[in-house]
Amino acid sequence: MKNHLRLGLFIFLTPVLLWLLLLIIVPHIELLIMSLHGKNDTGDMVWTLANYRHFFTEEIYWYTFVRTALYAIIVTILTFLVTFPVAFYITKVVSPRLTGFLTILLLMPFWVSELVRVYGWMILLRESGVINHLLVSTGLLKVPVEMLYNDISMLMGLVYTSMLFMVVPLISSLESMDDSLIEAAHDLGASPTTIFLRIIIPYAAPGITSGAIVVFMLALGNYLTPKLMGGKNSLWFTEQIYNEFIASFNWNQGAAFGFLLLALSSILIWSGLKISRQHLGKALS
Amino acid sequence: MIRTLPRQRGYTTAFRIYIILFYLFLFAPLVITCILAFNDSNFPSLPWKGFTLDWFLADGPQRIGLLHDSSNMRSIWVSVQTALWVSILSVVVGTMAAFLFEQEQFPGKQGLYFLALTPLVIPGVILGISLLLTANSLGIFFEDTLGLDIPFLRPSFWLVVFGQFSFIATFVLLVVSARLKKFDHSLEEAALNLGATRFEVIRFITLPFLRPALIGSGAVAFLMSFENFNTTLFLVGSETTLPVNLYLQVRDGSTPIINAVSFLLIVSTSTLAVINLIMTKHETSA
Amino acid sequence: MAPVLDIQNLKKCFGKFIAVDTLSFQVEDGCFFSILGPSGCGKTTLLRMIAGFQTPTEGQLLIRGRDMHAVPPNRRPVNLVFQNLALFPMMNVRENIAFGLKRQKIAAAEIARRVDSMLERVHLPGYGDKDIAQLSGGQKQRVAIARSLVLEPSLLLLDEPLGALDLKLREQMKIELKKLQADVGTTFMYITHDQSEALVMSNRVAVMNHGRFEQIDTPRNLYSNPASRFVAGFVGETNILPVRVTSSAPLKVQTTFGLELYGTAVSQPQGDQLDLFIRPESIILDPADSIGDINLFSLTVRSILFDGSNTKLLATMEHSDFELTVALPQNQQFSHIGKGDTVKAGVHAGSCRCYPRG
Repeated sequence: MKNHLRLGLFIFLTPVLLWLLLLIIVPHIELLIMSLHGKNDTGDMVWTLANYRHFFTEEIYWYTFVRTALYAIIVTILTFLVTFPVAFYITKVVSPRLTGFLTILLLMPFWVSELVRVYGWMILLRESGVINHLLVSTGLLKVPVEMLYNDISMLMGLVYTSMLFMVVPLISSLESMDDSLIEAAHDLGASPTTIFLRIIIPYAAPGITSGAIVVFMLALGNYLTPKLMGGKNSLWFTEQIYNEFIASFNWNQGAAFGFLLLALSSILIWSGLKISRQHLGKALS
Repeated sequence: MIRTLPRQRGYTTAFRIYIILFYLFLFAPLVITCILAFNDSNFPSLPWKGFTLDWFLADGPQRIGLLHDSSNMRSIWVSVQTALWVSILSVVVGTMAAFLFEQEQFPGKQGLYFLALTPLVIPGVILGISLLLTANSLGIFFEDTLGLDIPFLRPSFWLVVFGQFSFIATFVLLVVSARLKKFDHSLEEAALNLGATRFEVIRFITLPFLRPALIGSGAVAFLMSFENFNTTLFLVGSETTLPVNLYLQVRDGSTPIINAVSFLLIVSTSTLAVINLIMTKHETSA
Repeated sequence: MAPVLDIQNLKKCFGKFIAVDTLSFQVEDGCFFSILGPSGCGKTTLLRMIAGFQTPTEGQLLIRGRDMHAVPPNRRPVNLVFQNLALFPMMNVRENIAFGLKRQKIAAAEIARRVDSMLERVHLPGYGDKDIAQLSGGQKQRVAIARSLVLEPSLLLLDEPLGALDLKLREQMKIELKKLQADVGTTFMYITHDQSEALVMSNRVAVMNHGRFEQIDTPRNLYSNPASRFVAGFVGETNILPVRVTSSAPLKVQTTFGLELYGTAVSQPQGDQLDLFIRPESIILDPADSIGDINLFSLTVRSILFDGSNTKLLATMEHSDFELTVALPQNQQFSHIGKGDTVKAGVHAGSCRCYPRG
């Protein structure tokens, strides 16, 4: 019996260790090592903090960094505000016969590649796009306006692409909530605002946290949406990383940027978990 | 406020309008993309110039439809292959991880579990570049010390597969663990009690119980891989996957052929998603 | 022939906690043997050790004279009907029952024959192709038992399998299970916390508490001659009065409110503080004067707890506030009794069983 168990442990443990070691631990150590390397004046690779010093001395880099972090937080909040009423409507307001249908309908767009969704917005919003065409042909606008390539369109695109990851945990936490809790609060004389703030939000808190973490992480690491829907210089940090890797071919600088982004997302997620008193395992499941 | 409570008409109407607007917002880009795939115009925009299947079927010289566009067709095939490998690998390793964390006891389990969850909260770009750096360093190492050239360590098909697998396995782990948590261990004991060996218990009891989770997570793993962009972008070699290929086209200006690809993607993924949903519903209700 | 089950000095500890405390007992062939005890008394641990899911800390466990120490659960000649039945939801009724036979590599035709005859035996002919989810609670019960019985085990273990059923069905299944056991002749070892299940079905009942057996006996003896204070309190309904010994031989005790009663000491009393146990049905209302050797007292009726054949009176004794539960036979003889009435009552000294205070 004992030997069987040890054998089972060995069989399960080996591939898991290989996966985590070779694809997660080693690459991230390598990322750190690479970020601490650079060419010295004679062109040799040496240990150096130059890549990080570069980040702090070049205004454009840390400005982009802070901007990306703030916008990712804004996207997270906006996503919550937009999707919460929908989750509430689907689980608590609409007749139960429609719940399943509306949920399927809600999830369907997100199975489609992010690129297709962004592309859809591009042909809607751009100067020669569908919305402009409709507005001009109905006479509401005299000349077409460029609605794409600005911060607003970029934020909207980010919210649009991240909604799924907020709405699913919201729905599942609201679904598990017994209607009688709300009925009881109503019966005890609570106003809708009180019910919302004291009953519903605290109950959905785990769902909100897990949704917020994933949305934040995805927005922070997004490359497509800022690139295609943001302005000429959308100033998203992932673009800096991409430029260093693909355009400038300065992998050491890129590694430093990557490591900074990783640190930022880890710190914010960790503090999010601390504030809401949750575990990573719970928040993800 | 909710179904059972009395509500004001204004509240209900406003809520309903909001929901309708939301669903419009949700579907507008996809519907427009699909419609414009059939517009008889050289640009994916209005006005409507009539219905055509050119963007799917035309074979030059003015227009080339998707079926004759070798670059897009090839990238679709690459994506399908990638997604197949990724889902197989992820389901196998993710399921093993779920067994490991749900059923085995060993020192350091909590730490390892935490580590296994992290890939889902590491931005995809980071996963991509760190794997690229490592593969590159390893490649240089092998070449310098052993004189070996290992093509797989350069941006390539297999590097993409491993890059995507590294975080999709975590997703499978979560789905299968959730199902395994609901597993009634007395079923295993009952099977043992009726004379089954440990292997037979897994073969006849545990795996059949996990089947919906395995199929479901496998399908989602396939889709996640098929549409992945962030991680793939840095690892892709000469065989570009569909999202990367589409990105390059969108960046350099658009033609309705992108709409045609999008149309096919929307139709096929929605079908797959709905089938998957119906199947999991059916399995869990049975 | 060796007894089906022979347990010698069996002990199981979980850290400091002793779940099963040095038990020794035997179960004879063909017996319906029950273990009755409150939850947490160690009965499930005992069962799981017999099935092989837990290893004893000390002691020996023999089935048909064979030591089971190194035998894994899937090689033991015992089968277990689980508390939650543990029917395989991914298989239909036939596949569930055939599962164990298939593991023994028995020919398909033989399996089909034995499954069908087993279904017949548990009154479910033609149910083979049904899904588990389609069955009612009682039917699931029978499938679970059939699944184990079809392997013809030396000993069938049943872990409170009736617990999940509603009351009516439970009463019905009790009778069915007893009949089935008599019919197949397999030794049953039945675990329960429900005294009525144990008393109705068993040939022998072991009352378990804190990992030990307090008494192993026939149901009748268990009820009428409980060997310990715990058994007297756990099996059947009873009234408990704290008393003080005023004289021994014959034993005479005095209640806290001054009533003197003749009683029977079950074990050698230590000290003069005792607990007096009186069953509700051993109290005789309006006893005839001719009956001798009886304790007499008056009761004031507080309320009547009507429950058909199980109707009881709640009455206070003499001039005290002490409430006594008294069985009220529904044979019209006492239908005149109402709330507030004072009734004469008596109880034999033999029915006043005194145990050392616990």
